[in-house]
Amino acid sequence: MTKEKIIAVQNLSKQFGNFIAVNSISFEVYKGEIFGFLGANGAGKTTAMKMLIGISKPTSGEALVAGFDVKTNTEMVKRSIGYMSQKFSMYDDLTIKENITFFGGIYGLSRNQIKEKTEKLVSQLELEDAVDKLVGSLPLGWKQKLSFSVALLHEPKIVFLDEPTGGVDPITRRQFWEMIYAEADKGTTIFVTTHYMDEAEYCDRVSIMVEGSIEALDTPKNLKKKYNVASMNDVFLKLARNVE
Amino acid sequence: MLPIIFVLPMVQLLILSNAASFEIKNIKFSYVDNDHSAASRELISKFEASQYFNIIESFSSKKEADFQMQTGKVDAILEIPNHFERDLITENFTNLSVSINAIDGAAAGVESVYISQIINGFNQKIQTQLYQYNEASYIQPLNIVTIPSFWYNNTLNYKTFMVPGILVLLVTMLTLFLSSMNIVREKEMGTLEQINVTPIQKYQFIIGKLFPFWVLGLVILTVGLIIAIAVFSVPVLGNIGLIYFFTSVYLLVILGIGLIISNHSDTQQQAMFIAWFFSVIFILMSGLFTPIESMPQWAQNVTFLNPIRYFVEIIRMVMLKGANFSDISRPFFIVVFYAFALNWIAVWSYRKVN
Ligand SMILES: Nc1ncnc2c1ncn2[C@@H]1O[C@H](COP(=O)(O)OP(=O)(O)OP(=O)(O)O)[C@@H](O)[C@H]1O
Ligand SMILES: [Mg+2]
Repeated sequence: MTKEKIIAVQNLSKQFGNFIAVNSISFEVYKGEIFGFLGANGAGKTTAMKMLIGISKPTSGEALVAGFDVKTNTEMVKRSIGYMSQKFSMYDDLTIKENITFFGGIYGLSRNQIKEKTEKLVSQLELEDAVDKLVGSLPLGWKQKLSFSVALLHEPKIVFLDEPTGGVDPITRRQFWEMIYAEADKGTTIFVTTHYMDEAEYCDRVSIMVEGSIEALDTPKNLKKKYNVASMNDVFLKLARNVE
Repeated sequence: MLPIIFVLPMVQLLILSNAASFEIKNIKFSYVDNDHSAASRELISKFEASQYFNIIESFSSKKEADFQMQTGKVDAILEIPNHFERDLITENFTNLSVSINAIDGAAAGVESVYISQIINGFNQKIQTQLYQYNEASYIQPLNIVTIPSFWYNNTLNYKTFMVPGILVLLVTMLTLFLSSMNIVREKEMGTLEQINVTPIQKYQFIIGKLFPFWVLGLVILTVGLIIAIAVFSVPVLGNIGLIYFFTSVYLLVILGIGLIISNHSDTQQQAMFIAWFFSVIFILMSGLFTPIESMPQWAQNVTFLNPIRYFVEIIRMVMLKGANFSDISRPFFIVVFYAFALNWIAVWSYRKVN
């Protein structure tokens, strides 16, 4: 089986003053896979992700995303990716429709494309009655599904999701993961962080980050076997406990 | 938010224009007349006739008058020397001594101008009277009347002078605060990060962000000008298009400053504080409330860096004096230069990556 590498990271580090937030991490992500990026709070997941999407300059190391160097070819990286931040970041004071139009416009979609996408997106998310509501007034679960869809507007090759289901109810989480699967089936690569270990089980491969370094990286099945435990939750606890 | 943005500045314009006046009325005036001549009495009657002065009383000695000033009963003392009339006629020269209570320095300055204006006006008249005594020595025609060109004279209303300046201030403050808060707000909300992961160009984003404030600044100017003309009857002697032309460049300077503040702030509080810091300095050193000429030299030099200074200067020149483009070209090009320099710094310091 030949796997096409879409993200290749070599000794990537980020330092804030004396503090090393990301310590020389190296890994690869293959096209079309769902890659789980796990780690305790403050492990450095968000920091690593920001370097990969070109909004934070690496202190050292290399990273190729969709074939482009994140240090030198940032703008091309940005065209190839979608990003859903850990913090909800659409315009609260604009309506759903206005947000979609705005972000579609930034990615250079035409008026027609935007119109088409809006209709499709709204019917998929069953938001027909809410299109003209302010985004700020929506329940969290809806907001998250909406930002995911907006991150996919320009059909990126890779989508980075930073804790997309944080604080969301179990039913919505399930729906969210159905959306993720549907997108991965289309060939989009999913790079996702989460603190829910049941979600980690859904990933093709997961890495576990501990204090800035990647301590483990494999399929959930292999990881469970390796640590001789029944669930990803136990794998995570075993690795995290080693720190103390 | 939008109604607030429009209504509050206009309320300010109405209130401040009425309050910010240098006009001083009812000056408690007294005199010591050592001459008791026709000329001295006429001079005093001039003060009596002025609406600015209340004659408290005459004192027989300077000492007595000084004592009253110390108790605060008197603001100004005019002392007319012995032989005042005689010296005027024979030597065409005489001294008058004026003492002013200068505890409030600014008021004292204004009072001294009023007093010297009256004395100057009086001197002219004496000369015309003298003319009859000695026809040969005076070439001045009888009917010459110099109208003092001071802005604080009777013919020119204070509001006429203050309204354009206050309008400048409002346009500046509003665009500065709104623009400096705006991008920081997006930083706080996280939407800036979302924008930064898109392939949008810096200049596109910045123009998109600042253009609405540029328009807003011009709209506020328009509403303010309408109020100035309709409510305060401020004349517009020059070309109003010139004011718009200048303002459209001037706003770029202010928006550039706002953007720089935004770039260097992480929170709205921080941005607010920096914007406040600059606006207080800019306003107090703009020549709006205190004439630049009366500042110490170093402060005068600092005002050359102050964009508000040029706007105040230009709007007054165009509206009140009817200045044309060549009259304002120097301050105009300085502002053009600032617009380029500041926006270059602003764009340069705006980072999509950190
Ligand atoms: N701009 C910054 N300056 C200084 N330190 C930072 C900065 N950004 C992040 N850090 C630090 O780097 C460490 C890693 O942060 P990061 O946000 O990447 O963690 P995380 O794995 O995403 O955690 P969480 O699960 O809570 O989201 C933290 O200790 C954080 O305080
Ligand atoms: Mg994080």
